[in-house]
Amino acid sequence: MTQINLTINTDLAQEILTGFIKSEITRVGLSRAVIGLSGGLDSALSCTLAVEALGRENVLAIRMPYKSSSKDSLDHAQLLIDQLGIQSKTVEITNMVEPLFNLDSEISNMRKGNIMARQRMIILYDQSEVFKGLVVGTSNKTEILLGYSTLYGDSASALNPLGDLYKTQIRQLSRAMNIPSPIIDKAPSADLWADQTDEKELGFTYEEVDKLLYLLVDQRYSPQEAIEAGFEEKFVNGVVNRIRRYQYKRMQPPIAKVSNRTIGYDFLYLRDWGT
Amino acid sequence: MKLNLALAQINTKLGDVEANLAKHLDYIEQAKSEKTDLLVFPELSLTGYVLQDLVASAAHKPVDDDPIFKHLLNASKDIDLVVGFVDEDSRHRFFIASAYLSGGKTIHVHHKVYLPTYGLFDEGRFFAWGDKVRAFDTRFGRIGMLICEDFWHASPPYLLWLDGADIMIFSSASPGRGLNDKEKLESARWVERVTKAYASMFTSFVAHSNRVGYEDGLHFWGGATVFDPNGEEIAHGPYNEEGLTFAQLDLNQLRRTRARLPLLRDERTNLTVSELQRILQK
Repeated sequence: MTQINLTINTDLAQEILTGFIKSEITRVGLSRAVIGLSGGLDSALSCTLAVEALGRENVLAIRMPYKSSSKDSLDHAQLLIDQLGIQSKTVEITNMVEPLFNLDSEISNMRKGNIMARQRMIILYDQSEVFKGLVVGTSNKTEILLGYSTLYGDSASALNPLGDLYKTQIRQLSRAMNIPSPIIDKAPSADLWADQTDEKELGFTYEEVDKLLYLLVDQRYSPQEAIEAGFEEKFVNGVVNRIRRYQYKRMQPPIAKVSNRTIGYDFLYLRDWGT
Repeated sequence: MKLNLALAQINTKLGDVEANLAKHLDYIEQAKSEKTDLLVFPELSLTGYVLQDLVASAAHKPVDDDPIFKHLLNASKDIDLVVGFVDEDSRHRFFIASAYLSGGKTIHVHHKVYLPTYGLFDEGRFFAWGDKVRAFDTRFGRIGMLICEDFWHASPPYLLWLDGADIMIFSSASPGRGLNDKEKLESARWVERVTKAYASMFTSFVAHSNRVGYEDGLHFWGGATVFDPNGEEIAHGPYNEEGLTFAQLDLNQLRRTRARLPLLRDERTNLTVSELQRILQK
């Protein structure tokens, strides 16, 4: 197996990412951030970076449990809220999503999961207006590439400081930023139903897939070269397919071009236009 | 002879030339108070970098009656300036450009000759390619200017060297990339390595001014540097924050270094030309 080192300079990562959060929020005339705190690692890291960037008085953490959410999730979110000394709110989503679930007795876990993720997005964007802050995203590079997210749900945010870091790098940066160890050590989970874990659902570990993604994406290995580097063919092909299949989750919906100047094709401006 | 050089690593407002001009004038005042002879701003310092469809509206001409340049030309009566801007020629082609201003006049304009259009870069889509690499005379001797990708290629610095430039001024809007376990980003390490190499190989002064700040997710890392004709670093600005980096260039060092190490004297330009001709005729 080819040696693959995903270690990052955490001081530098912290400097770049906190600068990014501060720049992208202050340039639109705001100074605050709203973050959905699940009790998991990604949102804990986003929240910690936001506090570093904006100050603890400028970050609002929102816990949004469903009746079956594990108690650990709530407790771990609270652990971080206490450690950072930030404002928080708890908005239970059970009464919001149950009426929708009840419309269809055959509703699947996946549909329920998507509804919950989108309900949380609605709450975050609503609170963003109340708190006058932007929603800071929590999606990491691994899950974005694998399409392991709910479109317009957990993938929705105003800015995303974590989207170019693999899950294993998120762990490394989280350790460097002193995120409480119970959050770092537990199995990653969307906690949409009991005993769900990312790695069980995906069928491989983040440790394995991050190395493969690093070769395929960052180092531009062909699938064949990745196999020659020591990865199983089935694993490589499965991941390559996932990356392609979920491209739509990484993009704005395509606009059918009929005019001479079309948003997305030849009407091109950064979001930071004029700031 | 000594040259008091200052490198301004500023953040910019994307497409807001007036706001960026105000920052230039502020930095010019600061540099003047430190008795600076020459102040260098980064690539596209008057406009911001990822301009895309803002190119035409951000363009200016480095002439007296331009509403932006009239202020800079006026300021250049007291201090020589290198500024980055979008130059529009008489036939409405838009170039990424650096202007050298001195004594109220535009002494030289360089149009970027290498427009990166790969990876995260899309310059060739929006800009015209420059077609000249020329050194020019200043009150401090002969200088050459290059912009970012220009010096990722070995030939433009080489041409400036042969054209008599003893001081090379590089300006960049270099997006940071390549975070790994090293102390610096890969992009910063690469630029510092080649900049130092040019100073060493060409026994010349090389100064690099790079912007800071963010544009959407891109981050610009700053880290201005100046290397002397021995390839030794004589100034290094901070990373990721605005600031002025000062360096005093002892121009007599050119003589001392080249007396010891006559690489310029021994450079066989005719050999280069004849071999290039042979290679190109293949």
